[in-house]
Amino acid sequence: MIQLVWLIPLLPLIGAIINGVAGSRMGKKAVGLVACLSMAAAFLISVSIFFSLIALPEEARSIEVGVFNWITSGSFQIDISFLVDPLSTLMILVVTGVGFLIHVYSAGYMHHDKSYWRYFSYLNLFVFFMLMLVLGSNYLVMFLGWEGVGLCSYLLIGFWYEKKSASDAGKKAFVVNRIGDFGFILGLFLLFWTLSSHGIHSLSYKTVFASVHELDPKVVTAIAALLFVGAIGKSAQFPLYVWLPDAMEGPTPVSALIHAATMVTAGVYMVARNNALYSMAPEVGQVVASIGIFTALFAASIGLVQDDIKKVLAYSTVSQLGYMFAAVGLGAYVAGVFHLMTHAFFKGLLFLGSGSVIHAMSGEQDMKKMGGLHRHLKTTSITFTIGALAIAGIPPLSGFWSKDEILWEAFSKGHLVIWAVGLLTAFMTAFYMFRQVFLTFSGECRADEHTKHHIHESPAIMTVPLMILAFLAIVGGVVGIPFFEGGSKLHHFLSPVLSHGSHAAAAVEGAGEAVAEAHSSLEFILMGVSVGAGVLGIFLAGLMYFPPLKSFAPSFWTAENMAGTFSPLHKLLYNKYYVDEIYDAVIVNPIKRLCGWCLSFDLGVIDGIVNSAAWITRFISWVSHKFDIYVVDGLVNSMATLVNFNSSIWRRMQTGYLQNYAFIFVLGVLIVLVRVLLG
Amino acid sequence: MIENAIHFPILTILILLPVLGGVIIAFIPRESKDAIRSAALGVTMVEFLLSIILLFYFDSSTYKMQFVEKAPWIPGIGVDYFLGMDGISLVLILLTTLLGIVSVLISWTAIEERVKEYMIYLLILETGMVGVFVALDMVLFFLFWEIGLVPMYFLIGVWGGPRKLYANIKFFLYTLFGSVFMLVGILALYYAHGNATGEYTFNLLKLYEVTYPFNLQWWVFIAFFLSFAIKVPVFPFHTWLPDAHVEAPTAGSVILAGVLLKMGTYGFLRFNLPLLAEASHAFTPYILALSVIGIVYGSFLAMAQNDIKKLVAYSSVSHLGAVMAGIFAMNQQGIDGGVIQMINHGISTGGLFLIIGMIYERRHTRLIGDFGGIAKVMPLYSVFVMIIVFSSIGLPGTNGFVGEILILMGLFKASPLASILAATGVILGAAYMLWMYQRVIFGKIKHHENAELKDLNAREFLTLLPIIALILWIGVYPKHFFKLTSASTAHIVEMVKKNQAKQQPAVGHASVEAKAKLVKAEGESR
Amino acid sequence: MTGPEITGGFPILSTLIFFPALGALFIIFFLKKEWDVLIRWVALGVASVEFLLSLYLPFTFDANDPGLQWVEKTIWIKRFGISYYLGVDGISLLLVLLTTLITVICVLASWTDIKEKLKGYMALFLLTETFSLGVFMAMDMFLFYIFWEAVLIPMVFIIGIWGGQRKLYSAIKFFIFTFVGSLFMLLGVLALYYYHGKLTGTYTFDSVVLSQSIIAPAIQFWIFVAFFLGFAVKVPMFPFHTWLPDAHTDAPTAGSIVLAAVLLKLGTYGFIRFSLPLLPNASIQLGPFMAGISIFAIIYGALCTIAQKDIKKLIAYSSVSHMGFVMLGIFVFNVEGLKGGVLQMVNHGISTGALFLLVGMIYERAHTRMIGDYTGLFKQLPVYGVFFLIIALSSMGMPLTNGFIGELFVLLGAFKANIFYAIPVVIGVLLGAVYLLWLFQRIFLGNYYYGGKGPLLDLGFREIIVALPLIILVFWIGIFPKPFLMAMDASLNNLIKQVETNYRKGSDASANVTARLQAPSAERAGQ
Repeated sequence: MIQLVWLIPLLPLIGAIINGVAGSRMGKKAVGLVACLSMAAAFLISVSIFFSLIALPEEARSIEVGVFNWITSGSFQIDISFLVDPLSTLMILVVTGVGFLIHVYSAGYMHHDKSYWRYFSYLNLFVFFMLMLVLGSNYLVMFLGWEGVGLCSYLLIGFWYEKKSASDAGKKAFVVNRIGDFGFILGLFLLFWTLSSHGIHSLSYKTVFASVHELDPKVVTAIAALLFVGAIGKSAQFPLYVWLPDAMEGPTPVSALIHAATMVTAGVYMVARNNALYSMAPEVGQVVASIGIFTALFAASIGLVQDDIKKVLAYSTVSQLGYMFAAVGLGAYVAGVFHLMTHAFFKGLLFLGSGSVIHAMSGEQDMKKMGGLHRHLKTTSITFTIGALAIAGIPPLSGFWSKDEILWEAFSKGHLVIWAVGLLTAFMTAFYMFRQVFLTFSGECRADEHTKHHIHESPAIMTVPLMILAFLAIVGGVVGIPFFEGGSKLHHFLSPVLSHGSHAAAAVEGAGEAVAEAHSSLEFILMGVSVGAGVLGIFLAGLMYFPPLKSFAPSFWTAENMAGTFSPLHKLLYNKYYVDEIYDAVIVNPIKRLCGWCLSFDLGVIDGIVNSAAWITRFISWVSHKFDIYVVDGLVNSMATLVNFNSSIWRRMQTGYLQNYAFIFVLGVLIVLVRVLLG
Repeated sequence: MIENAIHFPILTILILLPVLGGVIIAFIPRESKDAIRSAALGVTMVEFLLSIILLFYFDSSTYKMQFVEKAPWIPGIGVDYFLGMDGISLVLILLTTLLGIVSVLISWTAIEERVKEYMIYLLILETGMVGVFVALDMVLFFLFWEIGLVPMYFLIGVWGGPRKLYANIKFFLYTLFGSVFMLVGILALYYAHGNATGEYTFNLLKLYEVTYPFNLQWWVFIAFFLSFAIKVPVFPFHTWLPDAHVEAPTAGSVILAGVLLKMGTYGFLRFNLPLLAEASHAFTPYILALSVIGIVYGSFLAMAQNDIKKLVAYSSVSHLGAVMAGIFAMNQQGIDGGVIQMINHGISTGGLFLIIGMIYERRHTRLIGDFGGIAKVMPLYSVFVMIIVFSSIGLPGTNGFVGEILILMGLFKASPLASILAATGVILGAAYMLWMYQRVIFGKIKHHENAELKDLNAREFLTLLPIIALILWIGVYPKHFFKLTSASTAHIVEMVKKNQAKQQPAVGHASVEAKAKLVKAEGESR
Repeated sequence: MTGPEITGGFPILSTLIFFPALGALFIIFFLKKEWDVLIRWVALGVASVEFLLSLYLPFTFDANDPGLQWVEKTIWIKRFGISYYLGVDGISLLLVLLTTLITVICVLASWTDIKEKLKGYMALFLLTETFSLGVFMAMDMFLFYIFWEAVLIPMVFIIGIWGGQRKLYSAIKFFIFTFVGSLFMLLGVLALYYYHGKLTGTYTFDSVVLSQSIIAPAIQFWIFVAFFLGFAVKVPMFPFHTWLPDAHTDAPTAGSIVLAAVLLKLGTYGFIRFSLPLLPNASIQLGPFMAGISIFAIIYGALCTIAQKDIKKLIAYSSVSHMGFVMLGIFVFNVEGLKGGVLQMVNHGISTGALFLLVGMIYERAHTRMIGDYTGLFKQLPVYGVFFLIIALSSMGMPLTNGFIGELFVLLGAFKANIFYAIPVVIGVLLGAVYLLWLFQRIFLGNYYYGGKGPLLDLGFREIIVALPLIILVFWIGIFPKPFLMAMDASLNNLIKQVETNYRKGSDASANVTARLQAPSAERAGQ
């Protein structure tokens, strides 16, 4: 079964090709069917591969399946081949599973769109690339997927290309991602050539990880740092997160799949996959964790005041990704991956739920114009709230387990700042999520009459995926609950891959576990604290936005009042710290100006030299010409004047017969000659 | 003398066929335009099929010149009619013959005036280009090198845009300026070889056998550099390119970008590196610097353009900068990448000019601002543009990626800094291309003229199809192409190394040996 | 000296020389002025027969024989040691053929161009042919001189009578320049004659005999200067070139053709035939100087060319530049350079001849030669345009045309002699491309504008036929130069060998020679 792993990416690709080539003539039903079936099949194969894998002994759970040799250039040989191991299996399960659900949902959501086929073609193509990313057994295949998902993200963000904001956002996403990829690719080169100098010509994970300990730690640090630049771009971390909020211009299921559940987590996956490298470079780990936790707080703070239902979720995603990086940066790879998985469930759910809301509101995304939707959208409302609870870290929902594990790891490894910031973020998360829930579903509807009239619950094709995801958001954490016998299942499952690093790292890990056991009571206390933060957040949000609770709130605790009191801060947050403006001022506009300068330089200086060379040549030519006429020829003519040739001779000669001339001439010559000879 | 597998002077036929086709067309009455077009198409197709035959008989396991034909040409001074090809030539010939068909197809309706002459010039151009890639005698090479100028001169001068006169003379004289220096360089080598061995010859393979004194190499390198760098074009010799491209008719641009620019990089590969290895090493830092400047600078310029064609022209400066950087990385990856990127650029940028030509034919404008919303009225067109744009950006799965990654990889080994700077071109490339794509294809239709545009017709579809197919083919399974060229590129690397080794015997030798060991070890491990 | 000797059995060279003269006499004495058509056809007939006759030479030519072939030798004026001595070798063979071909073309080019005094015109052309051939064949220096001067006469009249606006000025200038130069040459010839006579006791103008004598380098120098003045004016070399633009501008089309294609070659031929083998020491000593002037002329001529507004003047100045190439090839003293020089002589004859022919064609229609009066003619005159381009490319030395082969050899030779010659030469090549391309561009490309008078029609059948042989030659030499190179190979190799040995002998003997000159009395007594 495992040998058939290549089918998993291939099926969506085939779906993409069928829909892309023939979709416009196939009819919507067929298009949707092709797309969803290819995903379903891929999911089923993934599941069976999962079972085949766990049937194997633990140490054998890493199988490389080659497909064909891709690029060969001297010692540089790259195969298209796949690696089936616990990590990639988990990832394909998430990707195909969540992906399948979102495909199904999309079939309903996008039903009215003219370019239905194009949408599914892109979406399938995305899944193909995502699967390449997670399944690839070497860095270059990963990079293939890495760039490929960027492409699909671009296409899907700009799906409604007639909207300038949409195509702008797509372009922004692609270019910003490229900046990250730039670092990633340089990291690859450094890795390859460093290994190459050790006689290892390969970019396959197995070989690399097996030999990474031979390398100079400084170089490994550089490699890890460069690779992380790629992750910053792809997983929307500070300072390259700016594309993700804009990416909400795409259709909502796209946001759910790409910009929440899968693609943006690629960076986390990459760091986890490269744990061997990162374990050797603890400084980089620090940086990763710091950037992660900073981003988490930063994005959460922006999320507090956003009015767009999707923007809130977008900043939330950035924030949660920051969480994951904080975890993997600290070496808590399992925790990071665990959160990645649960996040895929609940954030997918939240996005789809928001999609359902937007669908009901005829495209309205401003939460200020919503409210009271619970009456009309029961399923959506309930599932959305489940998602919100999960992300807010309320036990026993999945989000609680994963988030708590991250906080615990931070605390237990002594990174108290990270823990504290994480806790603050958790509080904020709970606040903005429930602000959203209350604004959207509770109270009176603030929409105009026309929209109100159309509000309706989504069809089953959309609500069923919501329910399934809600279920997963509730129970998804089970695999990672640490209190069961033998510890976290997930931990156990992933440990062959994620403790792959150096012995030192393994030792740290072991020590960490020892600490954990010793402080299990502490763990419970910390759990309480984090739950408390979540509940507090929900409560405060309720006081501010939930009508039944509003009356209990102190008078200053209203949205308007707070915005007024902390007006500068509110403004700052509302405008997202002006980061986009700063980018425009510091990077984009200077580059545009630079382009203009280059153009003037090209036309003025370089071309100026070329053109003036031409003019100089012409000028010299003109001078030579004048010289020839007035000096060289002038000399001759003045000589003629001086000698004063008797022109009458010539005139006389002119009238005579030809023979005479010849005769006179020859005669003259002969006379001269004879005289000379005789003399 | 013909030494080839099929005992048939196929290279000569390849060279002569287009010209003969031109002669045939000359006898078709001027009025029967379709007959002329069909004849030209037929000739280019036969030419293409002939070049495919090469593929079947080509032995990819050796770097040695194949299908060799040799006959004395100019007696007394050792000039021969000496043809032959290796893998690098082969892929470039295939590219040339393919683009030959494409450029006839794209001119089908675009050129209504003086079709006869136009087709004849196109065909003569093809002869010149094929000749450059198979000539193994330096004088013969020079001959073909120059011949290509003439039909191009006409294509721009007669069928070109409003500023054609300026662009034309600039193009011609600039190129000629370089090539006369090349001629001097050739003569210098000729005498140096003659003085060293007593045999005066322009035979390239024989010229390879001598290691020239560094001083001479240095000067000859400069002479060759001037010529090739202008053709490539390397910054700062590039200003003829945007002008020429903008004024040229579509097929002219396709050929110019697709093949003519490659003649420069081919020259570097075929002559500078193997013949002047030491000088090449000495000049590498400067050339890498110029290449990297070209990459970044070209991108900036592309970003500042309002005219699509100019944008693509400047992007060529950037892309060719990358090719140059790859070649002068002087390792297997860099050169492999350079060669494949030569092909890629031919396909992608050729393709871009095709799609620009198609839209120009409909709208008679190339200003980006005059478009917008094309995706709605021309969906198929938009998809094709997208694929070509992504190939140009170097997205994985397209040909551009394969070339770019190898170039950057090779370059990284040679000079990490250069590689880093060159890689910024990847970002900038995405920025200007996508921006262009967005402004042209996306958005709402602002100009009512655009609302009525027709999508691609069958002929245009067929014109683009091979381009798209190649983009994906090379992107997904580039092995076919590498297989053709790898022996030749490896040999070039070896020759560069060998000559370097001569310069520093101890170190060079050791490293070669070490390398050999590594290769062997790797072979065993596989 | 013995009686007449003729190798080859038949006095083909004399026939070639005098057949056109006979034709001219026939036209003068037997045809009436009014019989325009007949005169043309007779002239064409004579020229064609002459050309066909001259084709006898290449078919019987022995390329391996470096010496003279078809030699005719008989004593003419015994007292002065003057003989009627004709011969052709690999150097002159091509020039002879060029002359006969160009004459046919000239007759055809004048078909409709010349309407007045046609009789004299045709006769003069045939005479020009006779004298030019005489120059290329004469191996006796006196005979050479006679022909050399004689060729001047018909040309002066052609310019003076059928020429353009300033025909008189141009004709006189041409005459005086060349005549004064020739007188110096005559002095040189006489000096050589006496010197050799004194040295050996045999007074002879036989150049073969003269070339075997060893002349003191100091004497060589002065004789060289004398020859130089004669030949350099004809070439023309800077600064003796100013007659050329005037003469060309005012000459009728055919006059320009024959002037460019044949007459200019007399000078360079003279250098090869006489200066080099007779005066090897002076030639080699002055070689760098000559090469220097030549290179200067290449660039200077090209620069002047760029500034021209009159097409004919432009081509005339380009001749100065091109002839610089020829001279450079000659004065680098190696086989490559010489081959290039001789081949460039032929090439220049073809290309510049053809350029004048083409300019004449359009002048006949439009009666203007100003570049500014034509723009964008390519659409109107496609055949003409293509012809013009081919010739322009040939003139700028584009590969596959004759010009490339010639320039390649000159460059090879220059490079071999002195690497620093190559750079200015290359600049000259470039400038050549500049003016020709620019000319082509201004006339043929761009938007259509026509400021001439007559209707502008594309080439007619006759005109295509006239131009075609030149086009064919352009490509023939460009693609398959072997026969042309082989023809001159042996003779030039021999020439170089001769120059080298004579040079060595000359420098070896220079001491003795001075001694012998100091004591000539004994020899005189012996005489």
